[in-house]
Amino acid sequence: MAFNIYDFTTLTHDIHVGLAESFSPFLATTIEWVIVGVVYLIFVALFGLFLVYAERKVCAAFQQRLGPNRVGPWGIFQTIADFIKLLMKELIMPRKADWFLYNLAPFIVIIASFLAIAVLPFAPGLQSLDFDIGVFYLTAVSSVGVIGILLAGWSSNNKFSLIGAMRSGAQILSYELSVSLSLLTMVVFAGSMQFSTIVEGQRDAWFIFSGHIPAIIAFVVFLIAGTAETNRGPFDLAEAESELVAGFHTEYSGIKFAMFFLAEYINLFIISAVAATVFLGGWMPLHFGNFESFNHIMDFIPPIVWFFMKVLSVIFIIMWFKWTFPRLRVDQILTLEWKYLLPINLVNILLMALVVLTKFHF
Amino acid sequence: MKSFIEYIVSIFKGVWTLLVGMRVTGKYVFTPWKHVTHKYPENRETLVMFERFRGEVIMPHDANNEHKCTGCGICELNCPNGSIEIISKSVVTADGKKKRMIDQHIYHLGMCTLCNLCVKACPTGAIVMGQKFEHAVWDRSELTKVLNQPGSKISEGIKE
Repeated sequence: MAFNIYDFTTLTHDIHVGLAESFSPFLATTIEWVIVGVVYLIFVALFGLFLVYAERKVCAAFQQRLGPNRVGPWGIFQTIADFIKLLMKELIMPRKADWFLYNLAPFIVIIASFLAIAVLPFAPGLQSLDFDIGVFYLTAVSSVGVIGILLAGWSSNNKFSLIGAMRSGAQILSYELSVSLSLLTMVVFAGSMQFSTIVEGQRDAWFIFSGHIPAIIAFVVFLIAGTAETNRGPFDLAEAESELVAGFHTEYSGIKFAMFFLAEYINLFIISAVAATVFLGGWMPLHFGNFESFNHIMDFIPPIVWFFMKVLSVIFIIMWFKWTFPRLRVDQILTLEWKYLLPINLVNILLMALVVLTKFHF
Repeated sequence: MKSFIEYIVSIFKGVWTLLVGMRVTGKYVFTPWKHVTHKYPENRETLVMFERFRGEVIMPHDANNEHKCTGCGICELNCPNGSIEIISKSVVTADGKKKRMIDQHIYHLGMCTLCNLCVKACPTGAIVMGQKFEHAVWDRSELTKVLNQPGSKISEGIKE
């Protein structure tokens, strides 16, 4: 089994050949599914825990505090302790809640996140689904989560939950437009909806550099709309603590609450990963046209490290938004989308088409 | 046309104000040595509270075990929740006059809200706010303190 940190294609291929030799084709495929599923589960659980810790530390730094620092060195085991606490909590259900929908909602939310994570290319060969309509698939499944949020709010039989869910529905439906249109701008530029082709197209220069003005506008719009779609501050009015207790997950406790919590952070990861892949080159190292030696040095850093460096930078920017800006009112949120982001996006997509047609790019 | 220009300008103004906000918070996050939180029990040895911190009411005594309290009772009158009790005594001075003196300045820390009114009202500056803040004790009676030390007397030159 050839393990190469720079290219996982051989590793995955060897695993596939090894399984196909020893099992029947059906069994081999099933085992591969299980392996991929378990890998994603472990990754999501660990990265979710890490993101919660990172959020608390970053938030503390923004507020000139220290953040968690008691459980383990620098408090790194804080989120594990929190998670164990959540696991041991009693699952309480309101008496008049809709039993079936109430229990279904957390799974819909987390399944939507898992579906979206499948198309992300982590490194060469480290991508479980490589559609030719990857971007389309991603925008489609990432908005399934809102159904879970609406169900959670509706079935809890609680006014705060319902108001939170309705706000969240209005918000995600609106901002889905901006996310899709800004991604579409980059699809126009890349000429493909396949994530592997999009990443491959950024070998010489990342799209945010080669696409110059329209790409930068699309990046900013995507960051704003993506933040709104993950229900994070300053767009966190679906769970506005000061107004709605905890919004749509007011009535959830224990592991079901943990699922909503985890899904929120996976969505943060997905939005950042898509931004990193489509605008910042995914796992592609930083390359500048003719600086051969510079490009060569950059190639030494493994692609998976590049990917996570970019993702974490985007995550940091989104956290920066959250801990700087005050929460918007619901009418301000809709104004921002329908009166500002959408027109800007539509003009921008025209601009990008013009840039592509006149070949005015690097 | 005018409103369209205003619309475009409002976009740039909005982005600019957001960037100003991000610069302010960015300054905090990239200067971690300026964090205000302390790691308290670890830095107990080196911890210095700030000047105006109000930990408890104390009565400073000088090297000759002399304080400035005349026993006038103004602090007792000024205390909003009755955490100060003044017990005075009469002594006969050298020239045969009767004089009112402080016997015990009793201070109930458990009732004190550290409002600083007694310190402000004290005409001779006999009581001040101390810096000590670790007041946890096993028994409530330990929170009742006598501020003037046994055997202490009023320092010379304090006018009645």
